[in-house]
Amino acid sequence: MALLNNKAREEMDQHHFHPAVFFLIPLAAIFLQAYLPLRFPRFAVLDLPLVVTVYFAVSRRNPISGMLLGTGIGLTQDALTHLPIGINGILKAIVGYLAASVGMRIDVDNPGTRLLMMFFFTLLDSLLHLFIVRRLLDMPMEWHGLHEMIRAVVNALVGVILFAMLDRLRKRE
Amino acid sequence: MESFYSRYRNVLMLMVILLIQVIGLAVQVRRPATAAGRDGTQVRLIRYWAVGILTPFEELFLFTGHGIRGAWNNYIDLRHVRQHNQSLQAEVDRLRLEQASLVEDVLQNQRLQALLGFKQQYIYQTVAAQVIGTSGTNQSRVLYIDKGSADGIHADMPVITPDGVVGKIRDVFSHTAQVLEINDQTSGLGIILEKTRLRGILRGDATGQTEIINIPSDERVQSGEAVITSGGDQLYPRGLPVGTVDRVVNDPERAPYVAILVQPAAKLSRLEEVLVITQIGSSLPATEESDIVTSEQKAAGVLAQRLPGADTGTAQPTIGPNGKILPAQNPNAPPPPVQPTPSLHPDRFTPGATPPATDLRPGATYPKQTFTEQIAPAPSAQPSGQTPPSKRSFPPKKAAQPAPAHGETQP
Repeated sequence: MALLNNKAREEMDQHHFHPAVFFLIPLAAIFLQAYLPLRFPRFAVLDLPLVVTVYFAVSRRNPISGMLLGTGIGLTQDALTHLPIGINGILKAIVGYLAASVGMRIDVDNPGTRLLMMFFFTLLDSLLHLFIVRRLLDMPMEWHGLHEMIRAVVNALVGVILFAMLDRLRKRE
Repeated sequence: MESFYSRYRNVLMLMVILLIQVIGLAVQVRRPATAAGRDGTQVRLIRYWAVGILTPFEELFLFTGHGIRGAWNNYIDLRHVRQHNQSLQAEVDRLRLEQASLVEDVLQNQRLQALLGFKQQYIYQTVAAQVIGTSGTNQSRVLYIDKGSADGIHADMPVITPDGVVGKIRDVFSHTAQVLEINDQTSGLGIILEKTRLRGILRGDATGQTEIINIPSDERVQSGEAVITSGGDQLYPRGLPVGTVDRVVNDPERAPYVAILVQPAAKLSRLEEVLVITQIGSSLPATEESDIVTSEQKAAGVLAQRLPGADTGTAQPTIGPNGKILPAQNPNAPPPPVQPTPSLHPDRFTPGATPPATDLRPGATYPKQTFTEQIAPAPSAQPSGQTPPSKRSFPPKKAAQPAPAHGETQP
């Protein structure tokens, strides 16, 4: 993983997008996450809102904006469930913050870096979810390690492809 | 020198955002707005916005897909419609025969239940709805349908498919409603096992598997046994198919009880259309009653064609003694008193062969009776009530006087 020195960090620019992209892409991700499992039940293993959160957080390289975007995406996801609102909001806020912090320190344009990053952020999302549901809410939740590993691998693979597609939406400087 | 805020601004913002959400979670979990545990006004408002933003896209996708499929089905794939129609017609005829044979059982069941004070619930009215979305996570097994309060949908209405129970309505919006599936962890459904009559509560576990919990370990339950609604939860009508028993497993959380894993009858992961039960009544709905009458008439016609001598069992017009047609009997009227079947070889024990007790005198002798045999006519040839049953007399071996004062015998 290529670490950036101070000079490179200073030279590094935030990637810019059209303001509508910040609204439409997360909305499309949440919509597909809610709609596609109807036709393809196995699609539920994917977490498109998480992929989008990580992408915009590392692209903007601003922890606060990554955290706010993650909070918005997470709360919208929560609103579609019948569970208390805030579970995904907390998860995505933490992931967005950490992803933006990582984006400030490493080269996130490398596909290998993206693959590893998505893998670990998916696992982190699962662990935080387990903690919130079991400890904060005192609700039952089973942990299947193999399932979570498969989920992390699938999200990482899909993330690399989606990141490449979303790169095309960047504004030319 | 940097101030504390500017140095730790990012972390402080994260803490504030997380703290607000944790407090919000605590409020929702510990203090639900209503006794039923439903969402508070603010929470409901957030859900309303999210659903309002996303469901138009879901409906658009759904109707586009249906349009393409409809064009295919309506204009291109019509090659076998005629044969399909014939086979369906044959199946309808067969089902009408089946229904007619079951009607008597149903009516008898109703009478018995009325005697016992039971209140059977029948489905009066349903609203068909399309499934347009899910929650998007496996932790929340909910569906969204394209019918809402504008279509008469209310919270807690049962949702079914022809295969079985799907769940119940949870949140209702103007043109959308949220359905809580039976395999969600927070759902609960009163069930009864069809053969063993074991009652229990069905719910979902964390993986989406439906299970019946708190079952004593000494119960003998076999896999494949049907599970139906018990009606005890006051939500679902009694007798709806829920699923079949998959297997019995130990429940470590509730030892020494076991759990019965159930395979749902409805395909919960591939639902496209569902029915919301909007009205339930305590007697058969008018449409169903008229359908039963139609079925009886059609079944009688089919039977009369196939078996000319058989009793079709339909209500024939009754002709009174003066030759006028009497009105049909009220089906709800009490049944006529039971009459003994005429014996083929009457003797002195045959009802009516002995004079009434009031005519008997101590020490008196009475002549032997004339025994008769009543032969019932074939119902198809002579409908009941049109003509009295023909009687054939068997003269006694010795000369005897006619029987006194009993209409059943004739000299």
